Amino acid sequence: MEASAARAIPAKDYKSDYKPVWCPGCGDFSVLSSITKAFAELGLPREETAVISGIGCSSRIPAYTSVYGFHGVHGRALALATGLKVARPELTVVATGGDGDGFSIGGNHFLHAARRNADITYVVMDNQVYGMTKGQASPTTSPDWEKSKLTPHGTGVSPFQPLAIALASGANYIARGFSGDPNGVARLIAEAIQHPGFSLVQVLSPCVTFRPEQRDWKEITREATVPYTDDTGRAARRLMTDDGFNTGVLFKGNRPIYQPSLEQSSTTEDLERAFQV
Amino acid sequence: MSSNTVSIAITGAGGAGVMTAGQSLLDAAAKAGWYGLMTRSSGPQIRGGEAAAFLRLSPRPVGCPDDRYDVLFAFDWMNVERFSAEIPLDEKSVIICDAAAGDAPEVMTKSGARLVSLPLKDTVKSIPGGRVNMIGLGILAALSGVPMKAVDAVVDDALARKGKEALAASKAGVQAGFEMAKAINVDEIALDASGGSEKGRWSISGNEAAGCGAIRGGVRFVAAYPITPATEILEWLAPNLEKVGGTLVQAEDELASVNMIIGGSFGGKPSLTATSGPGLALMTEAIGLSVASETPIVIVNVMRGGPSTGIPTKSEQSDLNIALNGLHGDAPHIVTAANSIADCLSTTQWTVHLSEKLQAAAIVLSDQSLGQSRAIIDKPVDSGLVAEREVVADGVKDYNRYAVTPSGVSPMAIPGTRGGEYVADGLEHSPLGRPSSAAGDHTIQLDKRERKLTQFDFGDRWADVDGDGDLVVITWGSSTAPAAEACERARAEGISTRMISLRLLTPAQASRLEGLLKGVKKILIVEQSHSKQFYRYLRAEYDLPHDAEVRVFKRPGPLPIRPGELLSEIRSWS
Repeated sequence: MEASAARAIPAKDYKSDYKPVWCPGCGDFSVLSSITKAFAELGLPREETAVISGIGCSSRIPAYTSVYGFHGVHGRALALATGLKVARPELTVVATGGDGDGFSIGGNHFLHAARRNADITYVVMDNQVYGMTKGQASPTTSPDWEKSKLTPHGTGVSPFQPLAIALASGANYIARGFSGDPNGVARLIAEAIQHPGFSLVQVLSPCVTFRPEQRDWKEITREATVPYTDDTGRAARRLMTDDGFNTGVLFKGNRPIYQPSLEQSSTTEDLERAFQV
Repeated sequence: MSSNTVSIAITGAGGAGVMTAGQSLLDAAAKAGWYGLMTRSSGPQIRGGEAAAFLRLSPRPVGCPDDRYDVLFAFDWMNVERFSAEIPLDEKSVIICDAAAGDAPEVMTKSGARLVSLPLKDTVKSIPGGRVNMIGLGILAALSGVPMKAVDAVVDDALARKGKEALAASKAGVQAGFEMAKAINVDEIALDASGGSEKGRWSISGNEAAGCGAIRGGVRFVAAYPITPATEILEWLAPNLEKVGGTLVQAEDELASVNMIIGGSFGGKPSLTATSGPGLALMTEAIGLSVASETPIVIVNVMRGGPSTGIPTKSEQSDLNIALNGLHGDAPHIVTAANSIADCLSTTQWTVHLSEKLQAAAIVLSDQSLGQSRAIIDKPVDSGLVAEREVVADGVKDYNRYAVTPSGVSPMAIPGTRGGEYVADGLEHSPLGRPSSAAGDHTIQLDKRERKLTQFDFGDRWADVDGDGDLVVITWGSSTAPAAEACERARAEGISTRMISLRLLTPAQASRLEGLLKGVKKILIVEQSHSKQFYRYLRAEYDLPHDAEVRVFKRPGPLPIRPGELLSEIRSWS
């Protein structure tokens, strides 16, 4: 996709004038900028682009952009995005949301969207907490996090591994970024949009309100030193030793894409002939 | 019992060829120019197990099974007691069975029906490659009065691909059956086969009809999850949508399928899913999203016995409550009901039109007895009603997706439209589409979403009204056919009755129904539910005449409501 000079739109014009509900210091401000930067870099026509989300802090993003959008129900962004993409393959469809929306209530759709491998980009802002409901453990929360009233002794449950599950399920592009590096995340998103099939970009996006310790993420995250692979076995081995803070592209595959043809070959009258006695 | 109709039940173990014999007989009757209906019943086994085909043939259109069966043809007696309640027999009935199958069980013979035992297995031995079910087909065709040439034509069509030998064996079996039938006194059963023509007739199931109506209405995107008894809608749509430039996605569950069609519809494609009770229950949250975001979708719900897994393979009209009232919040939507197999086509088509026109969520209620039965019908006339969504033109300025309009319908921007970029939202919103928790915005949008349904003129399709009289039968869906037949028989006896079958259940057309009920003294409400769901709905939505006596004939599934039972009810009241 080449940006045409005539249609070039600055990144800021992909933002709406509507003020986000996020807390000061939230990582999602930066991810919003990365998304609009990626759109600008690719020169996406606004009317041909859609951002689809479910429910949660990060799922508010569609309203903060100036493209088409759908803010649906909790956990179903990928299903809605799949319907849109299959029905309108010429559109660029980006789904956004958080770890609770995508991996807990929407976990089944995550598996099957990766498996189906429609050409959708999924940007997950992972802060390991439910922010909108004021601080409960999410699927990616570590088992010993005891700050939630809902799980005062920690969840005791192993965290969800989004990258490993995406890889195992059939995603075609898998990357991780950190919201503290907005340009890096923008590059990942732009590449994910361009890469055919289902693309997952997990963005570590701190919740400074309920997980203030995540401010340390800027010290912990590091760009992976190993380049991406197109080999699922190699990618799986890398994930075995991954501590969740390596950023960059893990996997770029070439798995078959789901996009049924929408060519018409018959009329309704033709179909109805089958019913004639 | 009504004249000029013949009813046949065929039962047997899996693999006996019950369904093939039944289907071939129906097809042959169609070739002979008759109408007919075939319903299926089977045990809980996925494959094999006992099966039953119930047929009713007539020179006149057939809407429901009759009160009784003229003939029970039993290939064997395996688990036949499972069907005994579905096969009312009497002393005028004939039970035909294989001499090799052993004694007929008492549950079948206690009716007083004449038992005719024939050497079916022995006869088939003399036909190389022959099958008992083809002999059965021959016997039943002969008893019904279907000419042999019509049966031969059907066998030709069905077996042409299987080679000359298979064809010859089948035809020999049919001929042997015709010969054997001579030994049975057929005069009182057989219909007059003269004068009929198959021209302009269709053979179609309710589920196929719903699929066809969807495509006629303009549906081009379907996402769905398989569920009994709705799956055939999807299996018909998958290959056929593809031919007209649409597509069907098999989703991972019903939560996905309903959200996928919201996505497809947001993209501008008229979108539909089909399901049954458990699936509809899973979809209700997202149907609310369709209502709030004003993204039109259609859900065809083919009802089965409930609650929970219930009786998946049998019919019941018990999803009325959830279809009408299952959504959270104040969520005005459309619920329609198909009242015949043919009407599965026209009502689905109409509902697609309404949903798109009003940017509304719409549920079409069908049920197992309509969906999985096959009928010979006159080709349904195309109403010409198609999806016509009000949209804005490319380059629109100062666009407000949820602008307040007198009709309540606000023109929609389809992705690809420059200047129309908006965010569809399940959050309450301002006219611009921005999330809003302001009391004013909430009231304005609630009013608008209600107004677009209440102010719309739904025309004459809201109900089928037949006959005149101060006894009025009010019914809906698949209960319509037995009610209509009961009213017709009552009229023939000089009892004047009017029948009203509601097709549009919500928004309720209160003034229209109340107008029809003015001065009426007797109201008989007919429905197939245990808790009188339809009666309660009528009480809630309409002002029934205060001085009218209201009776309810209700029964849960799986047994069908038979016209004779309703006729007795009407007689006892006049």
